Amino acid sequence: MQRIEDLTREELAAAVESYAKMVLARRFEEAAERAFRHGKIGGYLHVYSGQEAVAAGFLSVLRRDDIFFTAYRDHAHALLRGTPPGAVMAELYGKATGVAKGKGGSMHLFDASRGFYGGYGIVGGHIPLATGAAYTLRYLDTDRICLCFLGDGAMNSGSFHEPVNMAGLWGQDAMCPIVYIVENNQYAMGTSVSRSSAATNLASRFAAYAIEHERADGMDYFTVRRVASRVISQVRETGRPYALEVLTYRFAGHGAADLFQPYRNKEEVTQARTRDPITVLEDRLRAAGVLTDADVERIHSDAEQTVEGAVRFADESPEPAADELFKDVHGAWGTWPR
Amino acid sequence: MPEIRYIDAINQAHHDEMARDERVVVLGEDVGRKGGVFGATVGLIDKFGEDRVIDSPLAESSIAGVAIGMAANGLIPIAEFQFADFIHPAFNQIVSEAARMRYRSNNAFGCPVVFRAPFGGSHGTALYHSQSIESFYAHVPGIKVIVPSTPADAKGMLKAAIRDPDPVLFLEHKRMYRLVKGEVPDGDYVVPIGPAAVRREGRDLSVIAYGWMLYESLRAAEMVASEGINAEVVDVRTLAPLDKDTILKSVAKTNRALIVYEDNRFVGYGAEIAAIIAEEAFGDLDAPVMRLGAPQVPGIPFSKPLEEWFFITKEKIADAIRKLAAY
Repeated sequence: MQRIEDLTREELAAAVESYAKMVLARRFEEAAERAFRHGKIGGYLHVYSGQEAVAAGFLSVLRRDDIFFTAYRDHAHALLRGTPPGAVMAELYGKATGVAKGKGGSMHLFDASRGFYGGYGIVGGHIPLATGAAYTLRYLDTDRICLCFLGDGAMNSGSFHEPVNMAGLWGQDAMCPIVYIVENNQYAMGTSVSRSSAATNLASRFAAYAIEHERADGMDYFTVRRVASRVISQVRETGRPYALEVLTYRFAGHGAADLFQPYRNKEEVTQARTRDPITVLEDRLRAAGVLTDADVERIHSDAEQTVEGAVRFADESPEPAADELFKDVHGAWGTWPR
Repeated sequence: MPEIRYIDAINQAHHDEMARDERVVVLGEDVGRKGGVFGATVGLIDKFGEDRVIDSPLAESSIAGVAIGMAANGLIPIAEFQFADFIHPAFNQIVSEAARMRYRSNNAFGCPVVFRAPFGGSHGTALYHSQSIESFYAHVPGIKVIVPSTPADAKGMLKAAIRDPDPVLFLEHKRMYRLVKGEVPDGDYVVPIGPAAVRREGRDLSVIAYGWMLYESLRAAEMVASEGINAEVVDVRTLAPLDKDTILKSVAKTNRALIVYEDNRFVGYGAEIAAIIAEEAFGDLDAPVMRLGAPQVPGIPFSKPLEEWFFITKEKIADAIRKLAAY
């Protein structure tokens, strides 16, 4: 664990900001779960509760012009990056004002203006895309980098092994500035890591592709942020890929329909909740004297108001017009690439 | 105008476009030092370097996926699959990601990737180096599917595909690479994706074909010409989006239609053309729409007699033409 006395004033200030965003993300997910139960959100809904420190740690040090990809548990990534909560909630509702104008829904958010290259609904399907995008950043002679968040389940798919090998290879020529962040929340839907992976130290699997790697505690924001900061600088500097396995835990079911969770017991979840990343961070910030009771109260009440506003916005927003169905199937000749 | 081989036309288009636009990159198995399994990319690595001509690992899903990521980020990748038969692992990437990128991102991201794949049977190419894959992809909105049949079209349509804002599956019938020669215009030119071409004018019936089947159909048309049957032959060089008008215009003139394709007849691409003619030109027809396609077997068999039984030849097409003309 990162010692609190080693932290700089800037780090502490940034941490308070991240704390507020993590609270917002949690409240947002709770509101989304309620909306799902009330039939306002259809289809699928996968919430991030319990994993906030991972995305918060990384995205708080990512530069504005850097880019990132993630899988389908993607609401918090958008919120932490600064996408307006109303536009995210409206997308969950399938409304015209959503980030993808209602075409994507919960699993398929996008925010090009903030370098968010999307949440992807097919496990592992985005890893090749992120790898190609990272190559491009160097090809275009920039010092920008790409983050690729993925889950423990994705590591057993072919679409993990193929591009990661390419990244290892291209990194030898400084042509692949990417950080693979394995958010190991212990379960691929209902199958635990030990029941799905022959080697359960997932970070070590990157050794097969000559990619530097390490494991980190994903429940402690400061640990994630320190690692993220060092690794992102290194990757920016070297153009070589780096991999992190971040140990975390999903408090809710896999999706909103995963009510009974027969694959894990209540005690395990209760135990995990004793290290809630938001509480862990809150305790540490209080101990450092940068967060008071009044701050906490204000942050929670602000988050609740913002989420209420987002829900209201989504509720009141119009459905997409029928002609949206045929929009953006093809681009106009001569307009692409930009 | 110089006469060149089909494969040379493909190669020239690569050279031209890479010189024209630095964002064009090529990736695939053996596209660099070897110059491609059929030689389509010969000379590129020497001229444009290893960063632009990438010898990829043997990993089709990610050749496609990495190309899609590059395209989302501003490059124009040409991804080569050594054989269309090997594209199946990339099906998910092409269908789930490439075809939908623009739609799901509301035009924030596009996917200007060209997926090139040699398809179709030649002598002895058998089960895993012969398949026709066009109908899988023509079925998917968001992807364009083209099958140029002449060197001029191959060069001009590959340039159009590279300049197209959307993913294009560019299918090259492998039998045409060295057998088909033709004149190509000098200088820079583009043959637009979309319009079909009438390759032989006729009045008695319309033969609608693409790829190698175009050549077999043209020969069949010559064979029956001496018997007094005057067949029109339409080259459907773009399968998606389909140029219905040229087909319907031809059928309105001839009142009879035979569709020839090398893929399995059942649920093959020709079924769509047949359905369109039946729906939109019923009143023009003097005979049922006919289809000639491969028999319903899982792959092209190796042995010569079995292969001959499988392939659609000019003789089989000529027989079908006679039947249709006599109906």
